[in-house]
Amino acid sequence: MSVYLLRRLIQAAGVVLAMSIIVFVGVFAIGDPVEILISPDADQMERERAIAALGLDLPLWQQYLIFLGKAVQGDLGRSFVFNEPALELILQRMPATLELAFAATFGAILIGLPLGLYAGLKPNSLASKGIMAGSILGFSLPTFWVGLMLIMVFAVQLGWLPSTGRGETVEILGTRWSFLTWDGLTHLAMPALNLALFKISLVIRLTRAGVRETMLMDYVKFARAKGLSPFRVTFVHVFKNILIPVVTVTGLEFGSTIAFSVVTESIFAWPGMGKLIIDSINVLDRPVIVAYLMIVVLMFITINLVVDLMYSVLDPRVRLDSK
Amino acid sequence: MRNSIRKTAMAAVSVMAVGLPAAQAQTLNMGVGSPVTSLDPHYHQLSPNNAVSDMIFDKLVGTDSAARNIPGLATEWRAVAPTVWEFKLRPNVTFHNGNAFTAEDVVFTIQRLPNVPNSPSSYAAYARPIVRMEIVDPLTIRFHTREPYPLMPLDMTNVRILDSETHANAATEDFNSGRAAIGTGPWRVVNHRNGDRIEFARNDNYWGDKPAFERVNYRMVTNDATRTASLLSGDLDVIDQVPTSDLTRLRRDPNISLAETVGLRLVFLGLDHLRAPDENSPQITDNEGRPLGRNPLRDVRVRRALSIAIDRKAIAERVMEGAATPSGQFLPPGTYSHVPGLEAPEYDADAARRLLAEAGYPNGFRITLSGPNDRYINDSRIIQAVGQMWTRIGVRTAVEAQTWSTFVGRAGRQEFSSFLIGWGSNPDGSHPLRNILATYSRERGWGASNRGRFSNAEVDALLTQSLSELDNEKREQLLIRAQRIAAEEVAVIPLHIQTNIWATRRGFTHQARVDELTRAQDTRPAAAR
Repeated sequence: MSVYLLRRLIQAAGVVLAMSIIVFVGVFAIGDPVEILISPDADQMERERAIAALGLDLPLWQQYLIFLGKAVQGDLGRSFVFNEPALELILQRMPATLELAFAATFGAILIGLPLGLYAGLKPNSLASKGIMAGSILGFSLPTFWVGLMLIMVFAVQLGWLPSTGRGETVEILGTRWSFLTWDGLTHLAMPALNLALFKISLVIRLTRAGVRETMLMDYVKFARAKGLSPFRVTFVHVFKNILIPVVTVTGLEFGSTIAFSVVTESIFAWPGMGKLIIDSINVLDRPVIVAYLMIVVLMFITINLVVDLMYSVLDPRVRLDSK
Repeated sequence: MRNSIRKTAMAAVSVMAVGLPAAQAQTLNMGVGSPVTSLDPHYHQLSPNNAVSDMIFDKLVGTDSAARNIPGLATEWRAVAPTVWEFKLRPNVTFHNGNAFTAEDVVFTIQRLPNVPNSPSSYAAYARPIVRMEIVDPLTIRFHTREPYPLMPLDMTNVRILDSETHANAATEDFNSGRAAIGTGPWRVVNHRNGDRIEFARNDNYWGDKPAFERVNYRMVTNDATRTASLLSGDLDVIDQVPTSDLTRLRRDPNISLAETVGLRLVFLGLDHLRAPDENSPQITDNEGRPLGRNPLRDVRVRRALSIAIDRKAIAERVMEGAATPSGQFLPPGTYSHVPGLEAPEYDADAARRLLAEAGYPNGFRITLSGPNDRYINDSRIIQAVGQMWTRIGVRTAVEAQTWSTFVGRAGRQEFSSFLIGWGSNPDGSHPLRNILATYSRERGWGASNRGRFSNAEVDALLTQSLSELDNEKREQLLIRAQRIAAEEVAVIPLHIQTNIWATRRGFTHQARVDELTRAQDTRPAAAR
């Protein structure tokens, strides 16, 4: 187990280093941040001053080494735009995004699993066909369109929910959370649903496929023959076995929800990391872009590790120290 | 008895019913399309930041909604000698924390301008002409300059005044955290969440007009469609940068009113003046795609042909949905140094073909027209329209739209033969002249945004002369002459000036500003209808 973990950690360090080079070179290639940040009336002298102030007068490799040197000490640079440490900026925005991602993921599981289970157990019923058809819509409708429709219906036409932004927050352990207030929850509902829509469909389809496959297995037949109640067969024997693909996919999806909730966040003006990164890309705020991508890489590595560990809990046949 | 209780109860209910909207109206919810990056008024020159700075701080010289200078923290100003400007300061002004405003604060502010660390776009240029500051008395200050400097009052409309005591060691972070965001302006900062919202409370001790609302929730809603939807749903009372695609619908909506004004931002086409007449321009070929061996854009007839081939009215009406005014110059009518009688060039495709033939291109040539697709209103659609119009006179045009971050760098390296770009002017002809039409020169700091590298000795000479002319009327004539020459030479091809549009919900009115700034003091409750 510990050997396995150690190996994974070394791999992770390599991935992070490679990623930092790719990101650095990539961001460098996009364009010159000074051209974008500087006031159009700045004269040549002022431009040169700004380039030097942001450390952009050095050659790329030198900039990279400086970045690397500071990064190992936990300093990912200062945002050009906000003049604040990039890491701090991102961490400030993280609770909002985490909150949204958790709400969406839980929503997806709470809605998707029962529906998928039902569709798997009663594949020929009208309701199941409806569920499956609905899941196709969930896959194929673009997020930004659904988001705008949600706003138009629930905020503009019906006036039930606030259209945008994050609601009232409560401070716990130094971070602000909005899901603990009613106002916060009403603000959270639409963006979470919008973000969850794709995942709900995904969970429905995975669950249904898993249930249909498992129901034909010998051990299920045997359990039935043994006279176990249908409830016990479904929720203990079938359910546990279909969870592995669901966990894998939900885990990975959770990562991409956090990292790429850009569309939902910008439509609902949700002050999370996604909105920060898109704003930063627009003005080529290099330190924030690089820091953000580094964090995302670390996050995916962690999630993958957690998913692997969860396998071994769910299925004792999976061994972590496999060759 | 019972009756009277009922009456009281009913009265209470009706008070509540009446009182409720009034209480809600005490908070103004504004939605702006561009994020504010800092509350430090000297950190990053950017319109959204300037708007918010205008709410917290004051300037020596203010500007009204039409961008004319009005007294701010200075009540009057004049040049007492060719190289000395004197500003009389407003008495009895205090900062939000109670400190008195005096000449010391002005000195401190000017000294801070060039010393804001890591500034990506500083205000240092406004301090540069000042060689010495002299405090005559606590409410009189003199700025000594090296040479006569007529632009001093204009410069002072860009400098927000800080408190020498409060801000002695304040860093940009202290402003952003709200701790140091203390000025003399109409609003106090209550809460700031970077990139999300700023909450303000009214400064009841403000020296000028009292704002109408007690609190302001200033939210950054960058998505156009969402901003409009939030206005329609009533979550926002005022929004700026109304997308042109929503204009028709909002105009019909009885619950929404629009506040519009012609702005100061000209959208124009830059042309390659850098390559000599016998050199190839990078994106121009003959009709078979072979190098042309010369740069047709150096011939004024070709430039004029390209200009009159454009139907500006059609672009303003169709592409811009009416949210633009065709223009032949940088400044709109009514502003200082607007060139009288210089109208937008008339569309005349036949004359354009004749001019091309005269210049030796009866069959035209091929050109690429570049432009950003995420910077100006409908930018990529404008270049598509222009491309079609040019093709109609025989100049076969390929259109290349790209993201601003890539585009602006390439334009600055003179990689384009023709490109669309915009310029937001200060209301003074010297501003576009110096930055866009003057010959590129690092030493003089001229032509920094002259990406086409237009150069005309006469324009330069007139500009030089204007920069030391302290008589405002004579100076205006010099600026007008310089701009007229640049227009006759077709230094750039002006298209239109954008209209600035705000939308408000029923019950609110907003004073539109030509300088695009969205400030809470410009919103008032509407008079009862």
